Amino acid sequence: MSTSVTTATEESGVTRTFEAFLEAHLEQEMLRFTTAGSVDDGKSTLIGRLLHDTKSVYEDQLAAVQKSRVNRAANGHVDFSLLTDGLKAEREQGITIDVAYRYFSTARRKFIIADTPGHEQYTRNMATGASTADVAIILIDAKAFAKAGGLLPQSRRHTYIASLLGIPHVVAAVNKMDIVDYSEASFTAIRREFEALCAQLGLEGVEMIPVSALEGDNVVTPSARMPWYSGPTLLEYLETVPLARAETAGPMRFPVQLVLRPDANFRGFAGQVARGTLRAGDRVMALPSRRESTVRRIVTYDGDLAAASYPQSVTVELADEIDLSRGEMLVEANSDAAALPDVSNRFRAMVVWMHEEPLVVGRTYIAKHTTRTVRATVRKIDYRVDVNSLEHGPSDAIAMNEIAEVEFETNLPLFFDSYKACRWTGSLILIDALSNATVGAAMIVAPIADTSTGETRRPALVLLPGRADLAERVQDALGSCGERAVVIDDALIPDSAVTAVVRALDLAGVIAISSRKLTAEALAAIESFAPRAVRVEDGTDDEAILNSLTEQR
Amino acid sequence: MTTLTATEPDINEIHAARLNHLQALEAESITILREAVAEFARPVMLYSIGKDSSVMLRLAQKAFYPGKIPFPLLHVDTSYKFPEMITFRDEYTREIGAKLLVHRNEEAIAAGASPYKLGTQNCCGLLKTRSLLDALEEGGFDAAFGGARRDEEKSRAKERVYSFRDAAGQWDPKNQRPELWSLYNSRLRKGESIRVFPLSNWTELDVWLYLYAEKIPIVPLYFAKTRPIVMRGGAMTLVHEGMQLFPGEKVEQIKVRMRSLGCLPCTGAMRSEADTLPKIIEELITFRRSERENRAIDHDEEGSMEVKKREGYF
Repeated sequence: MSTSVTTATEESGVTRTFEAFLEAHLEQEMLRFTTAGSVDDGKSTLIGRLLHDTKSVYEDQLAAVQKSRVNRAANGHVDFSLLTDGLKAEREQGITIDVAYRYFSTARRKFIIADTPGHEQYTRNMATGASTADVAIILIDAKAFAKAGGLLPQSRRHTYIASLLGIPHVVAAVNKMDIVDYSEASFTAIRREFEALCAQLGLEGVEMIPVSALEGDNVVTPSARMPWYSGPTLLEYLETVPLARAETAGPMRFPVQLVLRPDANFRGFAGQVARGTLRAGDRVMALPSRRESTVRRIVTYDGDLAAASYPQSVTVELADEIDLSRGEMLVEANSDAAALPDVSNRFRAMVVWMHEEPLVVGRTYIAKHTTRTVRATVRKIDYRVDVNSLEHGPSDAIAMNEIAEVEFETNLPLFFDSYKACRWTGSLILIDALSNATVGAAMIVAPIADTSTGETRRPALVLLPGRADLAERVQDALGSCGERAVVIDDALIPDSAVTAVVRALDLAGVIAISSRKLTAEALAAIESFAPRAVRVEDGTDDEAILNSLTEQR
Repeated sequence: MTTLTATEPDINEIHAARLNHLQALEAESITILREAVAEFARPVMLYSIGKDSSVMLRLAQKAFYPGKIPFPLLHVDTSYKFPEMITFRDEYTREIGAKLLVHRNEEAIAAGASPYKLGTQNCCGLLKTRSLLDALEEGGFDAAFGGARRDEEKSRAKERVYSFRDAAGQWDPKNQRPELWSLYNSRLRKGESIRVFPLSNWTELDVWLYLYAEKIPIVPLYFAKTRPIVMRGGAMTLVHEGMQLFPGEKVEQIKVRMRSLGCLPCTGAMRSEADTLPKIIEELITFRRSERENRAIDHDEEGSMEVKKREGYF
């Protein structure tokens, strides 16, 4: 190190108390929570209050809020919502229109808040904020409850989305208790209805806390105005809620992100442990190849590790040279079938749709699942959920902010768990192949058993011996079903290379079409990697060929 | 973190030892860096020489260890940077074996662009934003890592980890891709690019704690020292070689440090006794003032950072 560089080793003059502070801060846990509430439930005010009362607001920020031209708080109160409403347009409209992230810490934990909007058309933003949260705070407006004589539809929707996104802990903050005279009866009425809703959704261990964000009751400081409530304040709850996560235990999953080959002597698989624990010396199995090896080392910049657990980012060196690349996965070898992920190209998933252009049956989207990117075709919409009544109904298309159970088929198998069992290996995003927009979020429910005889499987090759005239029509027919297909009767591809070309296209999810007359040997070679997927259509009627191809798509 | 030992690892102990928040942030940032390298054709890291860049650089070393950082670093030099920054930049990048690209808008610099002549908005526009966009275009980079954090400023609180920019390099806050779990959408059409922010979830305190815990070197200007100062526009401005004093300005010797490093004319110093990292952290938790306050550019008008971001500034 050169002399102009100052390092962090000097510690003279630092008090003991400060060292204790440092040690404590270096050992803090992190908790992510999301907030959901309807428009005017006072969500931004609640977050502003949390930040203010935990002394997380800087003097200059507070001064800027105090001198702001906008103030929606009455009676000379500081408008705390201004601390979190970020963008200009939002400030002018007075509503939060996107997900905003906020940070604060106490002596116990560091918190990340995903502040999401409660406006009807922004379900997608709540799903976004909820996807990584450990805790969801559902805001319920005590005044609006009294006026409507029950929970607002939005509160039902928010609670449903929290349960759908698998947030481990849900707490209801019953706000505006100041307006209902801090009345226990009001709180009890809300509690009865909310607890019934949670029971319906299968949400367990739900806490409810009466608060006033505007006045500060039970947010950080216990309220003297609600002696009938003896539970924790909202902050106490956030500081003490246990952080055990399903991902920490359970069978190990290590999706490979990147193969690191800095020199000829080292080949490491970089990734983040998505579930469980990986140990040096473990026998592991690679998916999809099912080849086994032993973990030789777990390599990090800070030295080798004996073990790495969710969510550590590490690099794994294996004892054997096995075929493994990005998008593939390491799991425990020798474990029973129940501990292995599902390996399938067909599954059912709950979808939150996020784009103006609806999801329709038959469309193919790009799907990103762990580190694997595939093409996923919508085969069927099982049902759509009415997010207000929670009832299921039939549907042909899913519009923006709607939620449905959908059956997908992918061009390559995915290695997955149900979202309930593991968020990381049970979730995927859907991307429009033309616009590249992220259009949907999907949470896997279960694989679909492959009951077919192979007829519905995507063929690797459509072989039309001597029918060059039909090749293009087959290509168009497959294209209209959302498949990518290409005619490989190019003069530059000799017959001897066809097997390799079909294999390469199959890996890329593209169907090969050929009118060549292949040898039985070449056919057998193709069938070895694509069993049941080769079609030899000979002497069949043209329309029958086209129909048989498109019907199954 | 646990190191490799001859004894059998105790699985209960491993489960009991949850990652602390810095380790959790580190794991997340490393995943982001690796994901971008796996999916983009030509990534580059914007290197500002500041403390956040220092953290980002260390995370990149960790992400690709035992390999070297697989992308170049790009420094947009406005010609107004502190000389200590340039010395540090050249020495440190050489030491860790990183490839450094330096880009300057020479045309604007030759034409005498300065905040005094143009105002801070226009000066930043020419020497930072324009220069950055040119450098990205010339290099054909489809992804650029930046050290911005969401806690820095209100408009940044809504920023994605992958921030999509159109072919003109502009940010549309209403048209950002939803971002769920740790599944990032890296798909682009020709000319479009993505700014990737691996430090999105870090706070200023996290950055200082990490610099301390990891013993990461930073530019000495961050540490308090008696330096020559003039008061200008209400801020303490460091006197440097070739600086013209305005009538009535008086040079004083004051013990100061820089809380963030920008350009000489627009970065104010603060009075401080903090000459070590623990003292800086102690100062940080005692004085509750946000760090960008000492930078002139954020206070031009309400929401000024958002205006710059729409144009392509980081």
